[in-house]
Amino acid sequence: MTGEVAVLGAGMHPWGKWGRGFVEYGVAAARAALADAGLEWREIGSIVGADTVRGGYPGYVAGATFARALGWQGARVTSVYAACASGAQAVATARAQILAGLADVVLVVGADAAPKGFFRPAGGDRPDDPDWLRFRALGATNPTYFGLYARRRMAVHGDTAEDFAQVKVKNSAMGALNPYARYRKRVTAEEVAASAVVADPLRLLDICATSDGGAALVLSSMEFARGRGVAEPVRIRAVSTVTPTYPNTVLDLPDIATDSAAAVEPAAETFRASIAHAAYEEAGVGPDDLSLAEVYDLSTALELQWYEDLGLCGEGEGAKLLREGATAPDGRIPVNMSGGLASFGEAVPAQAIAQVCELTRQLRGEAGERQVEHARVGITANQGLFGHGSAVIAVR
Amino acid sequence: MVAGWFAGEGDDFTLLGTRCSGCASVFFPREDSHCRNPGCGGGDLAEIPLSRRGRVWSYTDSRYRPPSPYVSDPELPWEPYTLIAVELAAERIVVLGQAIPGVTVADLTVGAEVEVVPGVLHEDGETVWTTWQWRPTGVTA
Ligand SMILES: [Zn+2]
Repeated sequence: MTGEVAVLGAGMHPWGKWGRGFVEYGVAAARAALADAGLEWREIGSIVGADTVRGGYPGYVAGATFARALGWQGARVTSVYAACASGAQAVATARAQILAGLADVVLVVGADAAPKGFFRPAGGDRPDDPDWLRFRALGATNPTYFGLYARRRMAVHGDTAEDFAQVKVKNSAMGALNPYARYRKRVTAEEVAASAVVADPLRLLDICATSDGGAALVLSSMEFARGRGVAEPVRIRAVSTVTPTYPNTVLDLPDIATDSAAAVEPAAETFRASIAHAAYEEAGVGPDDLSLAEVYDLSTALELQWYEDLGLCGEGEGAKLLREGATAPDGRIPVNMSGGLASFGEAVPAQAIAQVCELTRQLRGEAGERQVEHARVGITANQGLFGHGSAVIAVR
Repeated sequence: MVAGWFAGEGDDFTLLGTRCSGCASVFFPREDSHCRNPGCGGGDLAEIPLSRRGRVWSYTDSRYRPPSPYVSDPELPWEPYTLIAVELAAERIVVLGQAIPGVTVADLTVGAEVEVVPGVLHEDGETVWTTWQWRPTGVTA
């Protein structure tokens, strides 16, 4: 146990395709989180931004951009980039500063204005970049990797396209209840089956879209929270940001090949499983203690994989867990009560923060129609390109 | 486009990787500067040909035109191609590649045997970009 930090505020900008800049979404989310915490921006000692590409600027920026937009007030500033795990690394950085006594209260912000259609690497001839190479040499988009994982599950575990569709049915029903979700319409299995194939066996409604959006958190020391009269805040008890263990033998985006296991036996658990394992170990809880989970459902099939990697069921039993209704809103362990990426789409630097926003609402009992009864412990799980792990455990 | 990833013609065509003299780890795409095994004190990285045949780990296809830097002619209608991830037993590695033209997902199963063959990624009036492709064994087209 490394100590806990309090979640004093959570705020979001609705996801969608709004056609505006990421700064606007981030500032709106930050102001919402500050209002939720009952704090003024001037009271914040440190701001941590999850990075995105700033239009026209050759680099990745966030922290200072949001600080400037909110009004320079001299706060400590940090910017972090870890692809889809950027938000978790921002939370980890804020938490480390608080636990180290460098700051009492920290604002964490992530926001993005995503491109239309497929994500693609930055321009130029860059054969030293694996992300550039997989597009140039193979045309391997993100959905093609999701297709490979889905087909592999069908062959090894007997999952069906209907199982995958039921993940979308479940998540879209929750997204319909979430005012911050981009898609607020319930989807049927028939509609999934009728949508176009993108990367066999996955269809358009099996795969998450790209979106604009923003999310923010106000984190503080427990002393600071008590000083503000918040006796029982939602607390972050673990943040896992682990890397894989060599040899990583599951084909991961954006790689063209796995590590070879010719010389070294692979670890017993996969990278994704190790992300969750590290979080459980740090928090001193296990899968049986969870009230809910928010997982990165880049595709419907990938959500089933996370069930197994989080230890909610045994290997190959993800579809069975879904069919039993265990991950449904009234089930033993509801998954993606926010609606998930299926309902939000990807706003890369914001999503891991948005997952913690949902845990916060749920653990406070403020999730309205999406509320999981008696929620006490929640986990988020996510994975960033290039070997970035991401999981957060929050408790009440 | 990618130097030294494959070599040879016809039945001699192979993917090229490297192997560490210190720990025998194999790398593809080739690793020429440092062994990535954290338990290895470091060794010389020598070029080796990879197995020509392997088993299908998984497969999918690309029904929509990928964005750049993938090169395709926007004037022509998009022709989906198939991607195969192939497990090479001796190297204990999974390598992704395009299937030869004409092979669709309907022609494949997980576990089926495929072999590596030379192929064309893209060509224009001046240049032909060659690549590796996977072909189900027994198919000679
Ligand atoms: Zn070595």
